[in-house]
Amino acid sequence: MAAAEQGVDAARKEKEEEEEQVVNPWEVSAGKGGIDYDKLVDQFGCQRIDDALIDRIARLTGRPPHCFLRRGLFFAHRDLNELLDLYEKGEKFYLYTGRGPSSEALHLGHLIPFMFTKYLQEAFKVPLVIQLTDDEKFLWKNLTIQESKRLARENAKDIIACGFDIERTFIFSDFSFVGGAFYENMMQVARCVTMNKAIGIFGFNLEDHIGKVSFPPVQAVPSFPSSFPHLFAGKDQLRCLIPCAIDQDPYFRMTRDVAPRIGYQKPSLIESRFFPALQGENTKMSASDANSAIYVTDSAKEIKTKVNKYAFSGGQDSIELHRKLGANLDVDVPIKYLNFFLEDDDDLAHIKKEYKEGRMLTGEVKQRLMAVLSEIVARHQRARAQVTEEMVDAFMAVRPLPNMFG
Amino acid sequence: MGYTKDQLLARLQELKIYFTCYDHPVVLTVEEQAKHVGHLGGALSKNLLLKDKKHRLYVISALAGTKVDMKILSQRLGLGKGGLRMAPEENLLEVLQVPLRCVTPFALINESASAVSLLLDQGFKSKQICYFHPLTNDVTIALSSSNLDKFLISIGKQPAYVDLEAAPAVGKDNPPDLAHLVPSGVPNSSEQPVENASHTNVPHHQNNVPKETEVKAIMTISKVQSKGAETSSKVDKPTTNTSVDKFVNDVFDIISPLLSEELKKLDIKEELSSILDGLRGRADPDLKSIAMTLKNASYTNGFHAGFKTMLHRGLNG
Repeated sequence: MAAAEQGVDAARKEKEEEEEQVVNPWEVSAGKGGIDYDKLVDQFGCQRIDDALIDRIARLTGRPPHCFLRRGLFFAHRDLNELLDLYEKGEKFYLYTGRGPSSEALHLGHLIPFMFTKYLQEAFKVPLVIQLTDDEKFLWKNLTIQESKRLARENAKDIIACGFDIERTFIFSDFSFVGGAFYENMMQVARCVTMNKAIGIFGFNLEDHIGKVSFPPVQAVPSFPSSFPHLFAGKDQLRCLIPCAIDQDPYFRMTRDVAPRIGYQKPSLIESRFFPALQGENTKMSASDANSAIYVTDSAKEIKTKVNKYAFSGGQDSIELHRKLGANLDVDVPIKYLNFFLEDDDDLAHIKKEYKEGRMLTGEVKQRLMAVLSEIVARHQRARAQVTEEMVDAFMAVRPLPNMFG
Repeated sequence: MGYTKDQLLARLQELKIYFTCYDHPVVLTVEEQAKHVGHLGGALSKNLLLKDKKHRLYVISALAGTKVDMKILSQRLGLGKGGLRMAPEENLLEVLQVPLRCVTPFALINESASAVSLLLDQGFKSKQICYFHPLTNDVTIALSSSNLDKFLISIGKQPAYVDLEAAPAVGKDNPPDLAHLVPSGVPNSSEQPVENASHTNVPHHQNNVPKETEVKAIMTISKVQSKGAETSSKVDKPTTNTSVDKFVNDVFDIISPLLSEELKKLDIKEELSSILDGLRGRADPDLKSIAMTLKNASYTNGFHAGFKTMLHRGLNG
């Protein structure tokens, strides 16, 4: 495992040599052609999800696999097959995902892991813990503790609006929950990771404050069921599956390394690509650039404007040229978005074919995208409007979940 | 294993139920008990364990001076004229899990007694202090009836105060006024093994774990109680299904045939089932979303109501 999994250190060296990509929890930057996912998978040492695995998931869950799996948005994993072997034999698992609440403005890219996790919860009928790392944002950003906690609660509302089942879901914020058995596990993990290792994995240096250096265990221990005695008492060997974006992999490489040393099971992972910004793969979706992404608060009109004005098109400059040459699907952002959000496979295949061969124009493709996105955003907004403070309290209450595997 | 006196007293303390405790040698009758605590000004209780023809058990807890007529009580419960008799000793030991001559409302803390009905003398309410045995005969505890209520509610029992000396006529025009106090379902009789060992571990957790577990413990007890009443009944136990998927499917199952009917009348050329499937596919995400919202909102309301109930009882005493 150690040889295949290089850390940020190695990545940095490569970057200096070749102007390569950098991918870690705090920095994602692509080389010239966008992120090279093959290289990333090799570098990190995780596995690709193939069609056989997708079929297997469909069979085990008795329902069609989620769009994000079929279209390759969630494309990599660690130990997912082993987890499914156990599930087939009747052994359950729980899900763990999270968010660093750095801003109130959530865009579709933020929602993707949650939309996928909701599908996993429903399909496998398993419980879920959601960690809001308000302490992490306090340590890395210029926020007060009060503001971090407030953002955590606000983000919790959007997360709840994704449709999680309150009978199977526990949401917690670090500032409120860390302590007890959770803290004991944090210390166990901390004792197993040297400063050298932490610097290698996360790219810390001697000028970083010690808050940063001691944070990683906080994100590691929700992978262990004993961190949640009110949920999983007596189930110390319960497995955990973590859906996340691939830039979070370093945390869980560290966690998987430590787990056997402290008598726990290694968590399995299912990882996603990065969602392209409206302006194209090389741009980063940024909370500070409102036009780089579709926000959950956008109106249908704003969506229309953003898609029309900013979505990078792979179409030709003129209609004649377009009818002659067709569109470049590799860089066309509306097609990429439709790839992830248009459910119907036949519909999508048809659009791709017509667009590529020049019969369909960019305007039509964008129209279709606007409709699809508006529907998703409207649904989210309606659900969000119904999330009360009391509902957040209930999701975040330290309470038993008797129906969690029901 | 039944609760011990110490476990009971510890629980009362945790629930902030104020009582005074008097030790004395073992007493087997109310008169003997009176010798040790009678002078203290509180009200002595006499406690009977009665059984009806269907083996259902009742604890009658009355002021020592109240006359309890079993024939009248039997009629008021809707059991006919001779429906009640004293329960045999095995019931005390196995169901109430208390020693002989130690019938007490506090025995209901045992899960084995979950189906036992408790009738309390109305007279207790007017007394400041009442005396009961706390699961053993060598101790008497003194507490107010409202504190007894607090205890009963904490074990999931609604206190039922009755004028035990009243003798209303029971007939066609006057239904038995205490019929609602007859236990539903058949309780664990002395012949059946009691399968509640696993649940008495609950109090031990409470010492080391935050307050939230208290709520869990109380909920476990009331859940076991309802389980106890239902496991022996022959009717299929109704189960609540909270699956959003199933709900949405049920909605479609209602609408589809109606829609089919109407579409047939309009003489639609296309295959009806594909139209319906298409509709279903398009409505599914929105329907699931609003169903989940409703479920989460209902749970939230219930959760807060439960929380406030526990809080409210805690302060009122």
